[in-house]
Amino acid sequence: MATVEELKLRVRELENELIKCKQKQCAMEDALHRPKIDKMSAEVVDSNPYSRLMALKRMGVVEDYEKIRTFTVAVVGVGGVGSVTAEMLTRCGIGKLLLFDYDKVELANMNRLFFQPHQAGLSKVEAAELTLRNINPDVLFETHNYNITTMENFTHFMDRISHGGLEEGSPVDLVLSCVDNFEARMAINTACNELGQIWMESGVSENAVSGHIQLIIPGETACFACAPPLVVAANIDEKTLKREGVCAASLPTTMGVVAGLLVQNVLKYLLKFGSVSYYLGYNAMQDFFPTMAMKANPQCNDRHCRRQQEEYNKKEAQRPKVEVVEVEEDVVHEDNEWGIELVSETTDADLQAASGTMPDLPEGITVAYTIPAAQDTTNGETVEETEQSLEDLMAQMRKL
Amino acid sequence: MADEATRKAVSQIPLLKTHAGPRDRALWPQRLKEEYQALIRFVEQNKAADNDWFRLESNADGTRWTGTCWFIHELLRYEFRLEFDIPVTYPDTAPEVAVPELDGKTAKMYRGGKICLTEHFAPLWARNAPRFGLAHLMALGLGPWLAVEVPDLISKGLVVHKEQQREAAE
Repeated sequence: MATVEELKLRVRELENELIKCKQKQCAMEDALHRPKIDKMSAEVVDSNPYSRLMALKRMGVVEDYEKIRTFTVAVVGVGGVGSVTAEMLTRCGIGKLLLFDYDKVELANMNRLFFQPHQAGLSKVEAAELTLRNINPDVLFETHNYNITTMENFTHFMDRISHGGLEEGSPVDLVLSCVDNFEARMAINTACNELGQIWMESGVSENAVSGHIQLIIPGETACFACAPPLVVAANIDEKTLKREGVCAASLPTTMGVVAGLLVQNVLKYLLKFGSVSYYLGYNAMQDFFPTMAMKANPQCNDRHCRRQQEEYNKKEAQRPKVEVVEVEEDVVHEDNEWGIELVSETTDADLQAASGTMPDLPEGITVAYTIPAAQDTTNGETVEETEQSLEDLMAQMRKL
Repeated sequence: MADEATRKAVSQIPLLKTHAGPRDRALWPQRLKEEYQALIRFVEQNKAADNDWFRLESNADGTRWTGTCWFIHELLRYEFRLEFDIPVTYPDTAPEVAVPELDGKTAKMYRGGKICLTEHFAPLWARNAPRFGLAHLMALGLGPWLAVEVPDLISKGLVVHKEQQREAAE
């Protein structure tokens, strides 16, 4: 006899099955599936989905637009920013997209772009693939519905980053972090440092009025563990910001802007036009866009980051010295008509108790928190050496 | 920041020594032993202070933890199941504790029943990594969360005491 729990689970399974069937049927009904296109054409006709993109070549903005079809991009997190990012890359005709997300589409997501109410209940990666394939059948998709931060999944994630390229076995060209939490960002950072994989990080603040994008080249630019998270000063008095009863706010506008900034940077990086931003912030309250670049921290906690730095420094030392154009981003604003200033996320008491050094950052960018330079040496008792085995301890815990 | 009682409880939890996450095959078992030592001490302290409020246990390799936590409100005991995975980036990042049965009942929660910690928790954890362990996560993360959320959920009728529920059904 099945238990209520089992039956509930079964109902849920069947519901999911039904949603998928409906989805497939819808897709079949309304899809005027255009055939795949072998070669991008620059011909300006109504039926050519790439004509306006190829015009970038004629105008001299991009040298070789077709090259976009040779690239593979992994999008981690297919939420408010990631889904729009994936759609933009799909419309641009990217070669292959890998999508990672463990979440389902919910009606609570409908204040954001891309997903539609009838997709509620489907996994985000599955729903995204159906929509995106419909928009552009030339793109190859690979989806993974799991949480990358757990042991098994992380191993698989690393494997797909290093082998999931267009030509199976080759690494992806770029990883985009569109996740909404620190753990997942750190997991991506760990993977990319180990693999030497270039990636871009993106984020929107929990109050929905600021965001940022950041290019991370392991060993060269600061990784995500090199410094406390960089955030855009929102210029809202923390004391007036009410956090009672809510976790996070979100706006389709801010997320759309950040996704746009991110994909713009991706296109510039992949197709080699314009200048690629290392860090670009967006302060929605004042419409202020601070930029900066930050070198990797030789004392970074991540040993693979330090290893990548050694390799990078070796390579740099071997390179014939050409005039080094060091763009030291020392932005000085004569006037400050918007009254933008650094706003600390912590209380004054906290700062006094453990004031860490504030890195030298341009106006409008700050760190989420500071960390004391030298960990206040072991004041406080530590665990004692024990003769007990792990099994003994587990048993002891169970008996409590 | 945490209140005085929490500060005191935390100061009595022994700090951990081994900086190792679950991907570090050589050192993780040592870290896991330290986690259990600190947890056992914390539970014993709670019992001694007549404030026993959670139990935790892990799978054999210590990557998945499950347990129960309870909260006494107006002399009634409310018990909840809790669970979390150890992320690959532990102990540099804290695990995300979930109380699945409260999913959808409070806004201070992310999907899947993951509790939403205060803005103070992340800096506190980062400043004390890798010396903070799971016992600290319980004391500074889940404990204060339950203390704020459970009375609120009870007052809204979203959490009902199991026996009262039974009586109401009869």
